[in-house]
Amino acid sequence: MARTDFGPPDYKTMLPPVIKRNYGKWLYHEVPQPGVLRHVSETGEELYSVRVASARLVSSEFIRDISDIAEKYCDGFLRFTTRNNVEFLVSDKAKLEPLLKELDEKDYLVGGVGLSISNIVHTQGWIHCKSAVTDASGLTKNIMDTMVDYFTGKKSVPSRCRIAVACCVNMCGACHCSDIAVVGIHRTIPRINHELASKICEIPNTIASCPTGAIRPNPKLKSVEINHEKCMMCGNCTVVCPAIKIMDPENDGVSIWVGGKVSNARSKPMFSRLAIPFIPNNPPFWPEVTDAVKHLVEVWASNARPGERMGEWIGRIGWERFFAIADLPFTDKHLDDFTHANTTFRSTTQFKY
Amino acid sequence: MDVEKKVAATPLLDELEKGDWPSFVTEIKKAAKTSKMAQGLLEQVEASYVEKTGHWKHGGIVGVKGYGGGVVGRYTDDPDRFPDAREFHTMRVNQVPGFFYTSEKLRALADIWDKYGSGLYNMHGSTGDIILLGTTTENLQPCFDALGEIDFDLGGSGGALRTLSCCCGEARCEKSCIDAMDMMYDLTMYYQNEMHRPAWPYKFKIKISGCPNDCAAASARSDMALIGTWRDAIQVNQEEVRKYVADGMNMVQVCRKCPTEALGWDEKNQTLSIKTEDCVRCMHCINVMPKALRIGKERGITVQIGGKAPVVKGAMIGWILVPFMKAEAPYTEIKDLVSRITEFWAEHGKNRERLGELVERLSLATFLEGVGLKPLPQMVSAPRANPYIFWKEEEVVKNG
Repeated sequence: MARTDFGPPDYKTMLPPVIKRNYGKWLYHEVPQPGVLRHVSETGEELYSVRVASARLVSSEFIRDISDIAEKYCDGFLRFTTRNNVEFLVSDKAKLEPLLKELDEKDYLVGGVGLSISNIVHTQGWIHCKSAVTDASGLTKNIMDTMVDYFTGKKSVPSRCRIAVACCVNMCGACHCSDIAVVGIHRTIPRINHELASKICEIPNTIASCPTGAIRPNPKLKSVEINHEKCMMCGNCTVVCPAIKIMDPENDGVSIWVGGKVSNARSKPMFSRLAIPFIPNNPPFWPEVTDAVKHLVEVWASNARPGERMGEWIGRIGWERFFAIADLPFTDKHLDDFTHANTTFRSTTQFKY
Repeated sequence: MDVEKKVAATPLLDELEKGDWPSFVTEIKKAAKTSKMAQGLLEQVEASYVEKTGHWKHGGIVGVKGYGGGVVGRYTDDPDRFPDAREFHTMRVNQVPGFFYTSEKLRALADIWDKYGSGLYNMHGSTGDIILLGTTTENLQPCFDALGEIDFDLGGSGGALRTLSCCCGEARCEKSCIDAMDMMYDLTMYYQNEMHRPAWPYKFKIKISGCPNDCAAASARSDMALIGTWRDAIQVNQEEVRKYVADGMNMVQVCRKCPTEALGWDEKNQTLSIKTEDCVRCMHCINVMPKALRIGKERGITVQIGGKAPVVKGAMIGWILVPFMKAEAPYTEIKDLVSRITEFWAEHGKNRERLGELVERLSLATFLEGVGLKPLPQMVSAPRANPYIFWKEEEVVKNG
């Protein structure tokens, strides 16, 4: 029997000596230039971290290339960020400029620190997910191609802007709490292959999987039926029963959500809320999606106060003003009808026009 | 020449090699130079771009000996068209806490994955694992054995404790109130069985952030979020505050953004005041004046429970369960709480019901009683506004 249950490598063996010496002793950090962090310890030692963009989906060649760079300038020490960037950990200040020069020559994008738009947290999409409505990698590539100046610091933003892309309504990757989220959605209800269902469907589990009670048994066919009026196209039943399919290339597409955040800084964490209910899938460029995201960033950047996240800005001006300023239609799709819907209905005569 | 002829054209994906941002298509092509599986993936994804639909089938149960998870089975839905993507399983490899690596470790990983898989990775997956993307059933066990030799174990999948994740904590952040990386490592080692052998109604996630900035997005994404905090006064260095002012910081504006009006600026004496009893530790002033203000000295964690994405009953941001508890190795108090919560959930949870949904279904009061905690005003934004109160038998006088 092979070795089991030994856990990940011990982090202590992965840290550069400067971090080991100053673990828990860091005093402050600053951003001397876009993409570079300078951490200063109470011992007086300092660490420079240089952040570069990554596609997240990477090859062994990429792994070896960043390893080469880390060995040349960082004694082999590097890390990844929670938003899938790579960070080179430079303990010798003299190596900072040569590192930046080599990164530039190799077309690595340095940035994503402070008042910038950092990398997009995204899901697998058509690359590897069975429930993908769209391709998260393709959307991410296109959106960041248009946002690249905000990453590198050529253009700045009022505050952090966290963008997330999820390829279905499961919203993996904190889409439900992002400044801007692009989420794949279905618009038509699942179809059942009754013959297959009669052989492989675990009917009680499938019925129980439906959050709205839209599925009932069909004893005649030894299968199930879906009530059109109750189904909200969450896809949960398709995970439980392989005989149920929901993919519909003609009708599937993406939606855009705004104003969420996770951090407790200043204001409380907030959910992302629906801004644009549907945009068709239009690979390989998804121009309507990239235009919409660019528009939302620009509207926020030109109207928000310094330090105001998307949701904080909208909270100050009100959603009714947001839809007007962003020139987005407000439709029946924007009215919540799920659990907690009534917490979103306005109960005051205070509102704007 | 023969080899070149066999490579199918991918005109749509080729477009995504252009532009400034790093290209995932270029990465797949790099891997495809030596991996037929990567080439198979490229061709299948091109078809998805043309047809606007995915081509992966419903999962299948594959794995390694001794584990009930850590591998996600993946098969193409059209093996005749995409024979090289016939089996394309994912291995979830438990990442190093804080995502720190040495080049030596990464090279060793790449050597193994080139031998047994597609040579493609997600660095990292949404939960935190290194995702090794695409191998065959046959290669799973030898790949796992080889990974074991360089100390990489698998993470969690299915109805198990999922791979933990955390921010970089005290390793490289002055705001961290806890040793987030050590806590993740310790809990991960302690819960190896719960991670590798799914025995629960659904997934259970624990994520750790060093401070309320919550860079690990713990409160939004984990059933149990452990968030570093403090409960004494913010440490103020007035000299450094005055330097910020001298450098042009508008202190009146900084104070105005304090959500509870705990900050005050005395212009005459050039002194910043913080009313500790009003401070809600929102991090605002510490974030804008890192040289002048530091987190307090009495440090621990706030525990939030129930955070999750929408499936099934809607998205939730974790609710406060424990306002403050100490968080020092070996984290006995935290482990005890995890056990009480997961035992309650395992007993009462329905299939595919996350902890937050269970608490909502049974009521917070029932849950608190089940895990042995007392209700506190810090747990709610407001008390009940309806009169439908439940009373226990022993709380009322028996009549008849």
